Amino acid sequence: MTREIKYFEALREAQAQCLESDRDVVVMGLGVPGPTGVFGTTKNLIDDYGPDRVLDMPSSENAMTGMLLGASSNGMRPIMVHMRVDFAVLSMEPLVNQAAKWHYMYGGKMRAPLTVRMIIGQGWGQGPQHSQALQAWFAHIPGLKVIMPTTAHDAKGMLISAVRDDAPVISIEHRWLYGVSGAVPEEMYETPIGKARIMRPGKDVTIVAASYASLLALRAAEMLADAGIDAEVLDLRTITPLDRESIVASVRKTGRLVVADTGTAEFGISAEIVCAAVEGASESLKSAPRRVGLPSVPTPTSPALSEHFYPRAIHIAEAAAATLGAKLQFTEPETGKWHDVPDPSFTGPY
Amino acid sequence: MTPKAAIGGNTRPEIDVRRELYRSMLRTRRVEEAIVDRYTEQEMRCPVHICIGQEAPPTGISAHLQKQDHVYSAHRSHGHYLAKGGDMPAMIAEIYGKSDGCAVGKGGSQHLIDLDAGFICSAPILASTISVGVGDAWAARRRGEDRVIVIYFGDGSTEEGAFHEALNFAGVNKLPIVFVCENNLYSVHTSLETRQPENQTVRRLGPPNGMESFDGDGNDVEAVWRLADYAVNKARNGGGPTLLEFHTYRWMEHCGPLDDTHLGYRSAEELESWKARCPVDTYRDRLIQDGSVDQAWLESEEETLHKEIEAAFTAAQNSPFPEAEELFRHVYPE
Repeated sequence: MTREIKYFEALREAQAQCLESDRDVVVMGLGVPGPTGVFGTTKNLIDDYGPDRVLDMPSSENAMTGMLLGASSNGMRPIMVHMRVDFAVLSMEPLVNQAAKWHYMYGGKMRAPLTVRMIIGQGWGQGPQHSQALQAWFAHIPGLKVIMPTTAHDAKGMLISAVRDDAPVISIEHRWLYGVSGAVPEEMYETPIGKARIMRPGKDVTIVAASYASLLALRAAEMLADAGIDAEVLDLRTITPLDRESIVASVRKTGRLVVADTGTAEFGISAEIVCAAVEGASESLKSAPRRVGLPSVPTPTSPALSEHFYPRAIHIAEAAAATLGAKLQFTEPETGKWHDVPDPSFTGPY
Repeated sequence: MTPKAAIGGNTRPEIDVRRELYRSMLRTRRVEEAIVDRYTEQEMRCPVHICIGQEAPPTGISAHLQKQDHVYSAHRSHGHYLAKGGDMPAMIAEIYGKSDGCAVGKGGSQHLIDLDAGFICSAPILASTISVGVGDAWAARRRGEDRVIVIYFGDGSTEEGAFHEALNFAGVNKLPIVFVCENNLYSVHTSLETRQPENQTVRRLGPPNGMESFDGDGNDVEAVWRLADYAVNKARNGGGPTLLEFHTYRWMEHCGPLDDTHLGYRSAEELESWKARCPVDTYRDRLIQDGSVDQAWLESEEETLHKEIEAAFTAAQNSPFPEAEELFRHVYPE
């Protein structure tokens, strides 16, 4: 049966069902069994699955990642959780030098079915070290898979796929998606890794996006529709392995491309997506692709500065209109005084 | 430096064990010498970290290990691999980058593996495999699998944060692990005095992380054997982890087949003083003296080893290189 639940509840349900169905699954991270349960995603799992499987850990991101890598190559399917992507930076060595290469450099003899969840913070003063969207870092490393589910449905299905995958999977979750509801089946199901999805079909311009940027892209598409422009929104869902075929197919159809990403634009995933379109559909491109991402500055903390740092739906809409040669101004719906929360009901701190 | 074995007194192994200890050390020595002899031909096209001078620790440790026990290693891994029973021809073929190599030529000397022998992995990033081995022990306990984990590393790794993180977790969870530091005094060309407080030992780092620790003469295979007897059996019987530090010395350059005393970071006198305490030759002399072996046995062993090693090099040289398609295999598990 399908019902409406929130993104964070879908993540919790995925982990509960993985714990329930496979004795070798464990969930580990700072605060995982704690009172707030990583923004609700692991809350009370300890009640059903116990402290041996829902685990806290020492403040040792590096060695705990290596430890879970060793556990994963010896029969377990661990899920590691970081409350912010920024803390996972402490574990880049075992992820990049070891886990990513484990299968390849030992001639196919080793497997590392490790899932690492990490959360992108945004707004409410998350600032330089609580907000980094480093998907391009991880996507740059052959051997890792990187997923960024946008909907509650995909959050559950892709996390289950990640846990069952024999490769190390990095699951990057945007905090502003946590409160978004969607239709989610109660039963356990897999959403395939490596397949993008058309969220909104259109014929005039393709907007490729991922994670929270896909929601912004949908809002931009509505604004564009009001201006008579029919935008197609392609939600990547997986960063690597990249679904180049879907990107190329959509660009061949529309002839125009905008890429929206939650990360820094320069040297970010948007560059790779533009490249995929140019390599695969250059004959179809009617105008130069554009991209919408973060400027190359660290994240500022003050809301007065972060307001100008994060792109919003209007910026995606403007970029899409520009690919059609139209210089349009779009008006945002009233969102209240602050731009540093996903909606006016959101209160800090977090 | 005459560290006393803190455990086991002067207990000696039985004669057949003494012979096996010698045979194992000699085998590693002769394999390494064969690599040294051929390395300048430029056919083994990967970095090699020769362990001549450091044969005693893995030999004395492995004497107490069973097949299901797992070993984790770092860059100077040949001795760890061979002593645990790693397939020698597959190691040589791997160094030659051939398809018969233990990692199909994708790893080279720095990424040896033989799962059947319980040699799980080796990797050159300092301290990186320590936490992985800790996770192996953690998984084994959870899954009810009976094995001891041995993790080898050098003195340099003990300066990495990941080493302290991993030991802390092993101590908290009382995991069945023997941490083995082969302290050879140098991290590449940088001396221990430059890197760590003076008059300290690596073994000092055991107790703060919740585990016993001992140090011993890493050039005396029976001293290693005694400490390993204690630590391995303690781990096997649920007594938790132990940190062992063995004082030893590498004879060749950090990476490659040559003498490097001309570089000036260590003296020829220092090297000669350690060569005078050669773990293989001093043990041979001791076994002759106490009647454990005779000249005929020694010659027979040399002959057998020579044939085995020559055959392995011939097989490696005759093994085909991996096909170009191999480049794209095994990025992700299928």
